[in-house]
Amino acid sequence: MATTLDKVDVVTVGVGWTGGIIAAECAKEGLKVMGLERGKERSTEDYSMVHDEYRYAIRYELMQDLSKETITFRNSRNQKALPMRQLGSFLLGEGLGGAGTHWNGQTWRFLPYDFEIKSMTDAKYGANKLSAEYTLQDWGITYDELEPYFDKFEKTAGISGEDKNPFWGKRSSEYPTPAMKKTPLLSKFETATSNLGYTPFMMPSANLSEAYENPDGQQIGACQYCGFCERFGCEYGAKTSPEITVVPAARETGNYDIRFNSNVVEVMKEGDRVTGVRFIDTVTFEEFIQPAEVVVLTSYVMNNAKLLMVSEIGQMYDPETGQGSLGKNYAYQILPGASGFFEDQMNVFMGAGALGMTIDDFNGDAFDHSDLDFIHGGSISMTQTGARPIATNPLPPDTPAWGAEFKKASIENYTRTLSVGSQGASIPHRDNYLTLDGTYKDIYGMPLLQLTYNFTDQDRALHKYITERTSEIMQEMGAKTVVGRSPISDYDIVPYQTTHNTGGTIMGGDPATSVVNNYLQHWDMENLFVVGAGNFAHNGGYNPTGTVGALAYRCAEGIIKYSKDGGSLV
Amino acid sequence: MAEKKNVSRRDFLKTSGIAAGALVGGGIIGGVIGANTRQDTASTSGGEAGHSGGGGTTEAVRGLQFFKNQQEFAVLQQATERIFPEDDLGPGAIGLGVPFFIDHQLAGSYGENSKEYMQAPFEEGEATQGYQSRLKRNELFRQGLQKMQQEAQSRFEANFVDLEGEQMDEILTAFQDDEVDMQGANAQFFFRLLRQATLNGAYADPIYGGNQNMEAWRMKGFPGHQAAYINDIESEDFAEIEPHSVGDMLS
Ligand SMILES: Cc1cc2nc3c(=O)[nH]c(=O)nc-3n(C[C@H](O)[C@H](O)[C@H](O)COP(=O)(O)OP(=O)(O)OC[C@H]3O[C@@H](n4cnc5c(N)ncnc54)[C@H](O)[C@@H]3O)c2cc1C
Ligand code: SF4
Repeated sequence: MATTLDKVDVVTVGVGWTGGIIAAECAKEGLKVMGLERGKERSTEDYSMVHDEYRYAIRYELMQDLSKETITFRNSRNQKALPMRQLGSFLLGEGLGGAGTHWNGQTWRFLPYDFEIKSMTDAKYGANKLSAEYTLQDWGITYDELEPYFDKFEKTAGISGEDKNPFWGKRSSEYPTPAMKKTPLLSKFETATSNLGYTPFMMPSANLSEAYENPDGQQIGACQYCGFCERFGCEYGAKTSPEITVVPAARETGNYDIRFNSNVVEVMKEGDRVTGVRFIDTVTFEEFIQPAEVVVLTSYVMNNAKLLMVSEIGQMYDPETGQGSLGKNYAYQILPGASGFFEDQMNVFMGAGALGMTIDDFNGDAFDHSDLDFIHGGSISMTQTGARPIATNPLPPDTPAWGAEFKKASIENYTRTLSVGSQGASIPHRDNYLTLDGTYKDIYGMPLLQLTYNFTDQDRALHKYITERTSEIMQEMGAKTVVGRSPISDYDIVPYQTTHNTGGTIMGGDPATSVVNNYLQHWDMENLFVVGAGNFAHNGGYNPTGTVGALAYRCAEGIIKYSKDGGSLV
Repeated sequence: MAEKKNVSRRDFLKTSGIAAGALVGGGIIGGVIGANTRQDTASTSGGEAGHSGGGGTTEAVRGLQFFKNQQEFAVLQQATERIFPEDDLGPGAIGLGVPFFIDHQLAGSYGENSKEYMQAPFEEGEATQGYQSRLKRNELFRQGLQKMQQEAQSRFEANFVDLEGEQMDEILTAFQDDEVDMQGANAQFFFRLLRQATLNGAYADPIYGGNQNMEAWRMKGFPGHQAAYINDIESEDFAEIEPHSVGDMLS
């Protein structure tokens, strides 16, 4: 028998960036908010011995415990999906702050083009630029409508940057803090890309260039360029994360509680409203019901989709007919790029997660696609994130992967190799989607989420084209040997690529083709909100969290409005 | 060296789209979370100790926590040394304490797959679907090392540890190319695991019992745990910095 707890105004499932933002905004308005988080409490004090590549980066100390729950995966509908038994391709968050604790901090706003990609592509290239297999659609919101929320997220996070990119959307204000330091390695990239006629600029960063107090009164430290950023927590409180910003802001109101070790397994519903959530205490395995006026799913792409599916809310997407929206338009990212081998040793082990320079000349629709067999593109960056010695064993062509030659080459080139890489956009395809698995279950007895995904012809063409551009840049940078990344074939869930999973609970202007409206309010249940990168109708050429943060602020505004007036917000 | 037989590193990541000139990413093996509670703390004093196979002179006492059979451990020692051999740059896997590192890891949560999804049913699947064996890593290692010994017997009528380097490489290459039959797992997966575990042991912080005296970091020019680089990050000169272990913070 489940124990029913006292009703709250708002319950969030998970306490990462999205859960934290919703909590802070709603609690400031006087709403009583409960955050249910399956993981544990943690804070800056826990990161003083974090410079340990093995424990944190290789053994995934801060990430999801897959023995409890994972997903299943297959490349195509005619394969049998099997569990992702070990982390690899992407690293799912767990514990206070979610993946916002161990992210890099590269903080982007998607392009104006991204939000209206379907209309703009059709207008410029005609309706048949991509075949009907690609389920491209607009997001039901424009960049201009979302701009104030981007601005708010960046001010909360204190983002360091410079407004020098001619290709991105108009900003209503400058970055809250100046760009990070431009290192000699970044200058190499800057000179080369300028020589080639492009427009380099410093990457917007949540590793702050200077100490900062945000509008909520929270203090963020100055980055020390320690080189242990991605996959690690910041011992200086200098990488903006939920647990040093929005979570304390929410707690200070007195209207917010977090309950840890609480794994939500179901959204409860009655007619066309949700009534709360059912969760299991992961220590005692006791079952509880948390009733709430408003339920907000903030448990990342995978679990948000899963909770809707197991709770039977919304219409499942059917790849056969194209009908239904839940699980549709799952997208990932492709990573074109090139490595260059240099003569001189460089300080590659110094760095920060978002220390980098970028060009957008091949992102979005900044270049003409008339004679190309793909749309969109990717941001091209060189980052200096701190090369870790276990993971970084750069080998010139035709070097064996082990043995005497391997040892010599990998040691020689560790400090002599740079990479230029791109985050290539991912366009949704009819056959790439999320559903529930019929065989495998989590330890709470619920079915695992099933991912059906493969790279598409569009992905392969984009990868090839951008890889050529990155190779040219590397050549211009003066590398003695340049090696472009091999062409992509099938998606492989084993090696790490990015944790930029999107789709499955997409937003839009039409209930027939999207799960939530542009306040991230569920079309079928007006007191249910679903927020995260799952809302993205496709994946752009940047990291997602700037856009996720903006959507969370948009969603919070919606919840506050809804709590006063009720009804559908659009 | 039997380098011609080494399948090129492209095969490792062939389908991923990130196979490049540089072998990138630490996620090839996957992993589990949580520190092994039974760690040796290698001495962090400098010097040349531990350069060659012998136990070195400055370490604390070390012993086996997972392997019970010295023969198996000896195969592990030689196999890891072939993957990361001693040379004029410095020590190889044995000198760095890698076999002890692997032994200790196999005794703990890494070896027991305690943070991984190990529920049935187990089915083979495609390479793109990753590890699908019901075997735990420590079971896989034991079987793999026994198979190496068997291969040595059937190919050369000798113990693995008594083979010439090239002969050991031939056997390792057969595993890498998936030409050896294993039960409940495939040889190629075992080889990748062994290779990655060797690199983990060579380059992990010395608190885990490998990377003795931080010699692997010194070879590579990696300074280990440094509080901050804010004062050097803009410098044009290569910074040669004496490495530090996170273990130093506790003393
Ligand atoms: C290594 C790494 C590097 C990254 N670098 C960048 C970067 O540089 N730039 C960028 O923009 N993005 C980056 N990202 C992505 C970024 O971290 C995510 O976009 C962001 O953290 C997502 O926030 P979220 O709130 O949607 O989800 P999460 O941060 O995943 O938070 C969800 C929370 O919900 C909890 N939860 C899940 N299921 C349940 C359940 N059933 N019951 C209760 N709680 C549950 C989880 O434990 C987790 O704490 C990176 C990610 C990783 C892993
Ligand atoms: S690089 Fe900067 S932001 Fe990242 S962990 Fe180190 S000090 Fe913190």
